[in-house]
Order: sequence, then structure tokens, then C-alpha cells
Amino acid sequence: MSVVLETKNLIKRFGGITATDNVTFSLPSGARHALIGPNGAGKTTFVNLLSGVLPATSGKVILNGEDVTEWSVRDRSRAGLARTFQINQLYPELTPLKSVLIAINERENAATSWFPRLGSRSDLVDEAAALLKRLNLGDRMHERVGSMPYGLQRLLEIAIALASKPKVLLLDEPAAGVPEGERDQILDVVAALPDHVSLILIEHDMDLVFRFAKTLSVLVNGALFVEGTRDEIANDPLVRQVYLGEEVIAHG
Amino acid sequence: MSVADKDAAAPAVASTSPPTPAAEQSPSWRLLLDAKWRWYEFAFWLCAAASFWVFPKKLMLLSEIFILGLLALSIDLVLGFAGLVTLGQGAFFGIGAYAAGLMAQAGMGAFPLSDPLLGLLVAGLVAGLVGFATSFLVLRGSDLTRLMVTLGVALIVEELIVKFKDITGGSDGLQGVLSSPVLGLRSFDLYGYTAFWYSLSVTFVIFLLCRRLIHSNYGLSRLAIKGNPLRARAIGMPVNARLVSIYTISAAIAGISGGLLTQTTQFASPDMAAFHRSADALLILIFGGAGYLYGGLLGAVAFRVMQDFLGNITPQYWLFYVGLVLVLLVLFVRGGIIGLMMVVRDKIFPRDDKDAGGRP
Repeated sequence: MSVVLETKNLIKRFGGITATDNVTFSLPSGARHALIGPNGAGKTTFVNLLSGVLPATSGKVILNGEDVTEWSVRDRSRAGLARTFQINQLYPELTPLKSVLIAINERENAATSWFPRLGSRSDLVDEAAALLKRLNLGDRMHERVGSMPYGLQRLLEIAIALASKPKVLLLDEPAAGVPEGERDQILDVVAALPDHVSLILIEHDMDLVFRFAKTLSVLVNGALFVEGTRDEIANDPLVRQVYLGEEVIAHG
Repeated sequence: MSVADKDAAAPAVASTSPPTPAAEQSPSWRLLLDAKWRWYEFAFWLCAAASFWVFPKKLMLLSEIFILGLLALSIDLVLGFAGLVTLGQGAFFGIGAYAAGLMAQAGMGAFPLSDPLLGLLVAGLVAGLVGFATSFLVLRGSDLTRLMVTLGVALIVEELIVKFKDITGGSDGLQGVLSSPVLGLRSFDLYGYTAFWYSLSVTFVIFLLCRRLIHSNYGLSRLAIKGNPLRARAIGMPVNARLVSIYTISAAIAGISGGLLTQTTQFASPDMAAFHRSADALLILIFGGAGYLYGGLLGAVAFRVMQDFLGNITPQYWLFYVGLVLVLLVLFVRGGIIGLMMVVRDKIFPRDDKDAGGRP
């Protein structure tokens, strides 16, 4: 299987702290991969290095065979890497329709047209509306984003990321902070994502991880602790001790 | 097809025509509705034109209001629609003022060089060029950095104008700026007839262009940058390039408004690039309401009317009241005069739907 995203000896230091410690990782295309680890394991830092929000101290990030380590967030996005954020990064004053349209406009290089009215490219608007419908946001596409329930805002995060038709999608705790009753909606959307999108899920919630991911990596203190299939990880005594054990204590 | 407001008011029984066909309810139709002209927009421009007959003795003041409104509109493009704060718009105003002035002077009031429209074009180009060159300074840093950088640029421009006496006339200003007749038809006169219609027309045309710009895909991407630059980058938007282009456009419009003032008053002075010019323009925009396109124009009217009215009562302390109103508006109403009007409207016509689109 071909590899879409790799890192080679990736290191990120903040002063004396090594947040990402020599991570060599590869993501096959079409993967359903979860990245787990205890609090402070460096999961979000790793995602920020992959998406370009943070510059790496050393090492490489390779996307579709190209070294993108020095690339900006914007260039990586155009090369097919999309992400959602752990904390919502939306446009609170706009509507879901406009939020998604913005991303589609960028993808189609339509965002610099300044004279035709907004909405005159009905093909792009219809695509945005269809995407929102697919994610159960169809009947709220004209609402103000900032006034929508949190769970729907999380869905919109995913919709915006999908609008750029990514090859790789990084989902940073998509269900974080979502009330129990609304979680299933998000899980369904994640489960229904098309196969050609390769996914990395960063998650705390073990139910979600084991339901969704086929392969897992466990990150501890910034370093890759172990990698394997769902069953391997679930039955790995070391993982149970280091990570799952802590979860039990934290919940108990 | 009537606007959403009117639909709600219309009786439900009467409509013989079937409810809106599917095409009119489509998402793109909803977006196109954003750009629709509303009755109050027609009203605003009609009032602007009618002021010619209502205040025939105050034509120079009126054209100055249009010019100030245009300057404030140029700030609205960067502040209200892209989230960039600036305290240096006076720099581009001044550059435009001198560019148009020097052009007219070089032409000695005769056609090709002293043509006012050509002068405005040059004023816009020169100011836009300087805007482009300095736009890279506002890409970095926080709002505070931007305030200081733009303020610094404006101070430099003002000093350069004073310094290059031979060209600019130094602190005495540029005297005897004579333009050839507008479109070869009418010269600028003492009463301000030509100045009024000329300023109004230019302001209106540029306003129309800005309106199209705001209601386009390009305008939407500005709102994305203002709303969340991190997200805008993450979906692949070249945020910096967009900011450079909007800053350049804004500078060009400020330059055109400066050119207008020089041409209509037949005089340019370093005062046109002074700090108070930038501060006034920003104040006018906040006064009127940033992010609504009309904020600058309404703010300019309110500001000048207050100045005129209060200036007659307390010539020395009128700024006290301007300050008071500003503090009250900013503290208690979001969106200045327009925000206030929207609060009043929502009190009188409460609305139950939560739609964000449709209303300004």
C-alpha cells in the first residue's frame, strides 16, 4: 500500500522540553489510524508539526513523497492535508454555508473573483450545501455559526476540512467537549468518511478509538511507544500498564 | 421578489402566485440576496443628492463630508472587512492629495495634465503603490504593532512633505492648484456646485465598486481572515497575499479621496497627511459603525454635523461632546450609529428567525 504521509526522526523542542521525540511514522493511503496517549504526550504538538502550524526542530515531514517540512500551513493544505482543531477554529459571525464555501472557493481558485456577486458560482454553492447536508447540517446552513450548539460546531469543523477535498485528514479530538447525546452524530460522520481519505484520529476517548481505528500508535512523552493493529494494542500488556491503566485510574 | 422583511409582513392569504419556486430558495439564491439593494440604501443616496437643494449654502461642507466618508470607507475595507487596524490612513490621503495637486499644477489648469479625473487616477495609483510597499509592514505582529507601524508611516510621510519644500511648498502647502473643467464641461467654482456633484459622483462610483468587492467571493475571503486567520490558512488561503491586496486597494481609495479634497479646495497642505486626519477618519468609521460599508459615510455626516452644530454653540469645547458621544457609543452599542439603528429596528420589529444572512 502506498504511503501518503510520513515523518522521519521528527523532533520538536520547546526550550528544554522535548514535545516530539524522534518520531518516525508512516501513514498508508486509506488508513484509519488513531494516535493515542496520555495527557501531555505530545499528540497535538505532533499534529501541529504535521499540518505546519509549528516548525519542526529537526527531522522531516513527507506528504505524497514530497518533503514539506519547510512548507507553510497554506501550502500543505493545498497539497491535500486538511485538519480539524481540538478547539473550534470557525468563523463565528458567518453561516455554515459561507464557512464551507470559503474553503471550496480556495480549492477552485475562485476566491479572487471580486466583481461577480457571492452566489453567482452556483455550482460551488451547491457543492457546499450538499456537503453540509451530508453532515446533517443542511437545515442550519444559514444560521450564525457562533449561535449554533457546540456539537454542530464540531461537525462544521469537519465539514470545512472536507471541503478542500483532502487526501489526508487529521482529526484532533473531534468529539472533545461534546455532550454525550450529540456524540453519536459525530461518530457516525467520522465512520462514514470516504475511503480515499486517509485519516489520523487524535483521541482520548477509547470507545471512539476502538470503534473507528484499524491501526493505532501510542505516544508517550513525545515518543512513539508502540504501533500496531487495534487488537494488538488492546492486548498489549505494556500499553495497558502505561496508558489504559492510567485511564482507569483517572476515571476511578 | 421582495426582501425577507417584507415577506413576513405580507398577509399569508393574499398571495396568488405560488410560494417561491425551488430555484429561489436555493442556497445560491440566498447568497445573492446579500448583495440586493435595500430601500434604505436608495434613501441614503437620494438624501445625499437632495442635500444639494436643502443646504445650498453649505456645498463645500457637503463635499468635504463625502470626501471624509470615502476616506473612512477605505479604512472600513481593511478594518471592517479584513480586521486590520490602521492609524495611518492619512498618509495615503496626503499622498493622493499631493499627487493630484502636483499633476494639476504641472498642467497649469489646462487639459491633459490638469484633468481632474486623470488627477484622481494618478492619486489612486501613487497612493496604492505606497500602500503596496508598506503593506508588508502590517502583515506581522499584533494590532498594537500595526497601529504603531501605520502611525509611523503617516508621520514619515507628513515630515517628507514638509521637508521637500521645492516640490511640495513645505509647510505653506501647495497653492493655486487649478484643475481643468470636469469632463471638459464645468470648472470648479467658488460656491462648490461642481465640487459637490464631482465629489458625490466619485464617492458613489467608488462606493459601488467597494460594494461589489464586499459582496463577492473575494469579499467573503476577507471576512474569513477577519473571523479566523488560523482557519483561513488551514484551508489553504494565502492570507498574507490577500491582506496585501486589500491594503493596497484601501490605500488607493484613500489617495483618491485626498486627491478629491485637493481638487475641490484647490489647495494641498501637510495637514492633509497629519495624525489628526488618520485619527478623525478612524473615529468617523467607529462612530458610524465598522463593517457595514455605510459606517464611514454616516459617521462622516454625523461628525461634520456635530462639528458644525456644536462649533456654533461652544467653539472651544465641541470636541468634548464628540468624545462623550464616542465613549457612549463604543461602550453601550456595538457597531456605532448603524448598530444603534439596528438595535432600534429590532426593538420595533422583533424577529424570531435566527438567520444571519439577509440583513446587514
